[in-house]
Amino acid sequence: MDKISVDVAIVGGGIMGCSAALALRKAGLTVALFDKGLCGAQASGVNAGGVRQQGRHVTEMPMTRRAAKIWPRLHEILGEDIEFRQVGHMRLARSEADVEMLEKHAAMAREHDLHLQLLSGKVVQEMFPWVGRKIAGASLAVEDGHANPRLVAPAFARAARAHGADIREFTPVESAQWTGQHFEIEAPDLQVKARHLVNAAGAWAGKFLSLFGESAPLTLRTPNLFVTEPVSYFMTKSIAVCGGAVYFRQVERGNVVLGGGPGWGDLTIERARNRADTTLGQFQRAAELVPELEGLQIIRSWSGLEGDLPDKLPIVGMSRTTPNLIHAFGFCGHGFQLGPAMGEIICELVCEGRSQTPIDAFCISRFDTQAVEQKRTAGATH
Amino acid sequence: MKETIVIVGAGPAGVRAAETLVEAGLALIVLDESARAGGQIYRQPPHGAERPAEKLYGSEAGKARAIHTALEQIRPRVDYRPGTLVWNCFQGKLNTLHDNAQGILPFDRLIIATGAFDRVIPFPGWTLPGVFTLGGAQIALKSQGIAIGKRTVLVGAGPLLPLVASQYLEAGAEIAAVLDVTPFKAKIAALQRMMAMPAMVRRGLSYLSKIRRAGVPMMYGVRSLAVAGDRRVEGLAWTDHRGRRHQVACDAVGASFGLKPEMQLADLAGCDFRFDELTRQWLPVVGAGGRSSVPGVYFAGDCSAIGGADVAELTGIRAALSVLEDRGTPKPQQLRQLETELARHARFRAGIEAAYPFPNHLIDGIDDSLMVCRCEGVSAGDLRANFVKSGAPEVNRLKSFTRVGMGRCQGRVCGAVAAEILAAKSGLPLPEVGRLRGQHPIKPIPLVAGKQS
Repeated sequence: MDKISVDVAIVGGGIMGCSAALALRKAGLTVALFDKGLCGAQASGVNAGGVRQQGRHVTEMPMTRRAAKIWPRLHEILGEDIEFRQVGHMRLARSEADVEMLEKHAAMAREHDLHLQLLSGKVVQEMFPWVGRKIAGASLAVEDGHANPRLVAPAFARAARAHGADIREFTPVESAQWTGQHFEIEAPDLQVKARHLVNAAGAWAGKFLSLFGESAPLTLRTPNLFVTEPVSYFMTKSIAVCGGAVYFRQVERGNVVLGGGPGWGDLTIERARNRADTTLGQFQRAAELVPELEGLQIIRSWSGLEGDLPDKLPIVGMSRTTPNLIHAFGFCGHGFQLGPAMGEIICELVCEGRSQTPIDAFCISRFDTQAVEQKRTAGATH
Repeated sequence: MKETIVIVGAGPAGVRAAETLVEAGLALIVLDESARAGGQIYRQPPHGAERPAEKLYGSEAGKARAIHTALEQIRPRVDYRPGTLVWNCFQGKLNTLHDNAQGILPFDRLIIATGAFDRVIPFPGWTLPGVFTLGGAQIALKSQGIAIGKRTVLVGAGPLLPLVASQYLEAGAEIAAVLDVTPFKAKIAALQRMMAMPAMVRRGLSYLSKIRRAGVPMMYGVRSLAVAGDRRVEGLAWTDHRGRRHQVACDAVGASFGLKPEMQLADLAGCDFRFDELTRQWLPVVGAGGRSSVPGVYFAGDCSAIGGADVAELTGIRAALSVLEDRGTPKPQQLRQLETELARHARFRAGIEAAYPFPNHLIDGIDDSLMVCRCEGVSAGDLRANFVKSGAPEVNRLKSFTRVGMGRCQGRVCGAVAAEILAAKSGLPLPEVGRLRGQHPIKPIPLVAGKQS
């Protein structure tokens, strides 16, 4: 039996947990991180790799802005190329109503110092002739881009380890409790004493709520991703579309990565699979936006397991039941870009109990109110 | 009860399975990727390019004709769909592609008869134009009546080597050398076991004598292969079992090192796999009567373990009998005789595996500069360097970091070699580094508008 004692224990080796491990080490705290499998193997590693600020909810703007300042120098921080390319992200509008929505969004973003360029359908045609003709307009975020999701979380883990963090893969946390002074955490052949505990367990985070008498309506999300054969590089922007769940981008080597819609997953057996029907539908939708995609071959598909919440916002902040317990999970498929900032935010929560970035909107208690209201509604109907 | 029974593959295994089920009065669907039945071993040329069976299949002409005829005879009673790629299996449904149209086929019972594929091990120059697998060389001959080159060297580690050599000679092609990367003494040691099937041994010897009579050099225990040429094949160099270096001029090389089952469909269907120490590969777990670990899914032929065409016919019948048995038919009489015959084949097969032991020396000789994954341009050095940096403990992790096996072939060609390299570099036993997880599509599928069915 191995016994260790650290300032902070982190459950979950996704991008949130790994970037937190690095930030906490840099702040001089001792850190141990536990993952039941390999770091970055689930939602952090299987997502579409979009590093995107536009299209986010207003409450996420401070967080996404903070992350956007880190991404351009992330390769220096991590000491390796994580294939971040600031190619720009373009959200397409198919109707005047969509255009109006983009305008409203751009006005909101401007207040957070994110300057989105609104393009008319005609300008889109001129600038990006590979976009289909049915486009009414677009919003272009030049700072946005993409990175290789398979590399980022493991790179954070390596950097954290190089800074002295104790990163333990294949180490499933079986139990955790607060003694009044510290946490006692158990994994096979391992006992951990920690002053702080970070729940960054993604789709598996629910277990670390119930251990501390908390709950959230966390469900399973299975991103549905696939990729085409490589073709000459032509799609110079990452693409998303208003109201349509399809998104795609072309990497320099030529493959087009596409995603959107549900895959299939089962948390009990820890399996996720790409759904063929979703994939074929998404490919069709993408080809309507970018006709050149037609005729390309799909060569590979994948999925993974991710936490989802009803309002499509994450849970980030202090536990309501247990001191020194910090939650950061349920990013609903759009946590990748936030990862580098989230490490710093978690570090601030550990060190100061609060973050300089507003995160109140992500408090777990927001679901308490809902639960109360639901109960009230249910009571009224009886 | 009306059930949908689907057979995937119309080689000797699939055709015999179909025939057995039709004789029992069952309706079934046969999906085959090829335009014409026969599988790889009894592949038929395209319509209009027919040649006599004796020319195409030599001593096996009778068996080939029998398979082709069997399918023709049951055709009126079978929903036979040639030219249909099965690219996914999930929750009791197959995704198919026929003439660029997508289809979904729910099934109650599935017989997987998807055959086998060449086992590829990289050697210097293996990606040059003019290098084919032995199976590829054979397909060129059977399908199009052409040789892969004007002057060809054939290299192998299995019974396909003398077979392809004799077929090429029979067709009048020039063979510069026939090189076996496994030792001659292994054949001698395995002879007794192979004599479980004397006719097979005689057939093998007839191929060898044909090669000898043609005056083609035939060498065993060949090592350190290297293709000469910058832009295409100009020759092949090798070291013989005494350590002498040789080189011949040629414009084509047919080289592969045994066979591996085409098991992606079994993988996507959720079948259990096991590591086979003898052949150093992962194979689906085959239970009694050819049953897989998934109820309602059966194996026939080389797709679950390499046995050859004769075994494929027998296991095709066996899978069909298991379907009948699982539907409540009393245990068929044939089954016992079938199992006896299969046991004899298994003894022979053990002899073959011993006669052609896995050529570890080729794996050991893979230099850092050698391309392992040609789709994604990943070299052996890239894999080894990544292990040093990342400590990837299994091959899917290595894939995730390096892109090995992420290209068009989805690791069918390079996956097993990547695992070998990772095992050697990490010091982990090969089974522990695992195998690439199956993902659809089994083969690339195109997007064609308005062709969704």
